[in-house]
Amino acid sequence: MGKTWNNKAWFMVLPAFIVVALSAIIPMMTVVNYSVQDTFGNNEFFWAGTDWFKEVLASERFWGALGRNFAFSVIILLIEIPLGVFIALNMPRKGWTVSLCLVVMAMPLLIPWNVVGTIFLLILRTDIGLVGYAIDSLGIPFRYVGNPRDAWITVVAMDVWHWTSLVALLAYAGLVSIPDAYYQAARIDGASRFSVFRYIQLPKMKRVLLIAFLLRFMDSFMIYTEPFVATGGGPGTSTTFLSVDLVKIAVGQFDLGPAAAMSIIYFLIILLLSWIFYTVMTRNDENA
Amino acid sequence: MARINLDHIRHAYGIRPSAPHDYALREVHHEWADGGAYALLGPSGCGKTTLLNIISGLVRPSEGHILFDGKDVTHLSTEERNIAQVFQFPVVYDTMTVYDNLAFPLRNRKVPEDLVATRVKHILEMLELTDRADKKARGLTADQKQKISLGRGLVRSDVNAILFDEPLTVIDPHLKWVLRSQLKQLHRQSNYTMVYVTHDQTEALTFADKVVVMYDGQIVQIGTPAELFEKPKHTFVGYFIGSPGMNVFPVDVEGRKVRIGDATLDVGFAPKIGAGQKAELGIRPEFMDIGRKGMPLSIRKVEDIGRQKIVRAELAGQAVSIVVKEGADIPADPHVTFRDEGINIYADSWRVGREA
Repeated sequence: MGKTWNNKAWFMVLPAFIVVALSAIIPMMTVVNYSVQDTFGNNEFFWAGTDWFKEVLASERFWGALGRNFAFSVIILLIEIPLGVFIALNMPRKGWTVSLCLVVMAMPLLIPWNVVGTIFLLILRTDIGLVGYAIDSLGIPFRYVGNPRDAWITVVAMDVWHWTSLVALLAYAGLVSIPDAYYQAARIDGASRFSVFRYIQLPKMKRVLLIAFLLRFMDSFMIYTEPFVATGGGPGTSTTFLSVDLVKIAVGQFDLGPAAAMSIIYFLIILLLSWIFYTVMTRNDENA
Repeated sequence: MARINLDHIRHAYGIRPSAPHDYALREVHHEWADGGAYALLGPSGCGKTTLLNIISGLVRPSEGHILFDGKDVTHLSTEERNIAQVFQFPVVYDTMTVYDNLAFPLRNRKVPEDLVATRVKHILEMLELTDRADKKARGLTADQKQKISLGRGLVRSDVNAILFDEPLTVIDPHLKWVLRSQLKQLHRQSNYTMVYVTHDQTEALTFADKVVVMYDGQIVQIGTPAELFEKPKHTFVGYFIGSPGMNVFPVDVEGRKVRIGDATLDVGFAPKIGAGQKAELGIRPEFMDIGRKGMPLSIRKVEDIGRQKIVRAELAGQAVSIVVKEGADIPADPHVTFRDEGINIYADSWRVGREA
C-alpha cells in the first residue's frame, strides 16, 4: 500500500523554473560571482573574498548615497501620502466628473520615468519653459544644475507629480467603499467634519494607505531614472542615489567587484525592509 | 419625545416628477402620537425607508412639511432635529472602545463628562455590554455591534424620536427575539416615540402599538395588529399580513347579494361599488369552515403545521387556503362556508365597509 511516486509533475514546473532562472537566479549568481572576485581584464579573475564588501561598507560614498535614498523616501512619503489623501477626500463621488477626475489622475501614472524627467527639464527652462520662465521673471534664482537644494526640489517635485495620484486613487478606492450608513450615522451623532475623517474615513482607509505607503516606499527607494535624466546625480553627489551610484561604478568606471558587492548589499536592504513591512502589515490584519 | 406630523408629504428622487409613478412616496398625511411605537411595514421598494429618512432629515421631501410637536422641521438638518437612527447594518467606530462609541454622540454635543459617564453606564447595563466597555469595538460580533449602534441612539436622553431601519437584519434568529423584547421593554420604560421599519410582519406586529402598512409609495393602513388582521383596508394588507394571506375572489355585487362563481351570499349590507370598479370579496383562511354545507370545494393538498392544518383547495375556479384545527374532520365531499364577521368587500382593492 505504498504511495506511487510520480515525479513527472516536476516537468510541469520546468518552464517556469527556466524563466525564473534566466531572469533572476542566473544574473544574481553572476553578481555574487563578481562580488567575490577581482579582474584586470582579459577575462582573468582572482579570488577577492569579502574585500569588496568591506570596501563598500567602509566607504563614505556608499553611506552618503544610502542616506540620500532614505531622505528622499521619507520626504516624498511625507508629501505624497497626506496630499494624496487630501485629493481623494476632495474628489467627486458621483456624476460625470468622477470619470474625468479618474482619467486625469491616471495620466501621470502612464508616463515613463525618463519622459517625466525630460518634461521637467523642458518646463524648467528659462527660455521656453513656463515654470522656469515664471520663476526667472519673479527674480528667484532657481538653478537645479548648480544648487543642491534646487536639484532636490526638482527631483522631489518630479516624484510628487508622477506618483501622488497613485496614492490618491488608492485612498479614493478606500473612501468609496465606505457605506453611506456610516456618514448618516455620523451626522445623527453630531460628528464634526474632522471627527468623520478621524473616526470613519481614516480607519477605513488604513489598509489601502498601508499598501500605498509600501508601494511608494519601495519604488522611491529604487529611484534612478529621474535624477539620471534631470541632474545626472549632481551637482556634486547631492542627488546621487544608490542606484545612480551603482550604475556609475559598474558601467562608468567598470569596477565590477565593488558594484556587485554594492548590489548585493542594496538587495539585502530592500529584502529586509520588505520583510519588516510584510510583518507589520500581516500583524495588522490579524488584529483587525 | 415628540408628536410627529407628516403634512402632505410627497417625495420623488427624479428631478421633474409628473405622473404618480415618478414618486417614491405619494402623498403621506398623518399624525403620529408622542411616545407611540410605530412599525412601517411593507415589501422592498414601497417607500418605507424613504419615509424614515424624511423623518430623520437625511432626505428632504419634494413636497409637504414635517412637524415635531407642531414645529416645522422640514428644513432643519438631522442634528438640529435631534433624532436617533439605527441602520440596517451596524455602524460602529472601529478604532474606539465600546465606551467611547456610546459616549461619542454626547461628547459631540459638549455634554459634561460626568453626565456622559452616568448615561453611558446606564446604557451599557441595559444592553448587557458592561464587561466589554473598554474593549475595542471592532472585535465584536455583529449583534454586539448592532447593540452599540442602538445604544448610540438611546444614550441621548433628549431625542425627539428613535428611528430603526430594519435593525435586526444581521442578527441571529434566536437573538432577534431577545433584542426585540428588549426594545419593547425599553419603549415602555422610556416613552420615546419609536418608528421601526421592517418587511417582516412578525417583527412589526410584536414591536408596534400601531402598524403602518405601506404599499407602492403610499400608506394603505395604519392600525393595531388586530385591526390589520380583521379589517384590512386594502387587499394588499390582506395578502401581506397573516400566513397564509387573505383569499380574494372577484365577485358581482347586487344590493346585499354577492355572487362568487355559481354561489350567492347575503353579506348583510349593501356594499357601494362605483360604476366600472372592480368588486372583490376578501376572507381570511381562519374565517372559513369546511363541512357538508355551502359551496363545493376541491381539495388539492393538506399541509400539517402542528396545531393547525392548512388546506390548499380550489373554489369557484380559484386557489384558496383554509386553516382548520388539527383534529378537524374533512369530509370526502367537502363544502365551505364563510363566517359573516370575516367577510370584507373591496372596490378597486379598497375596502367598502358596512358603515359606508
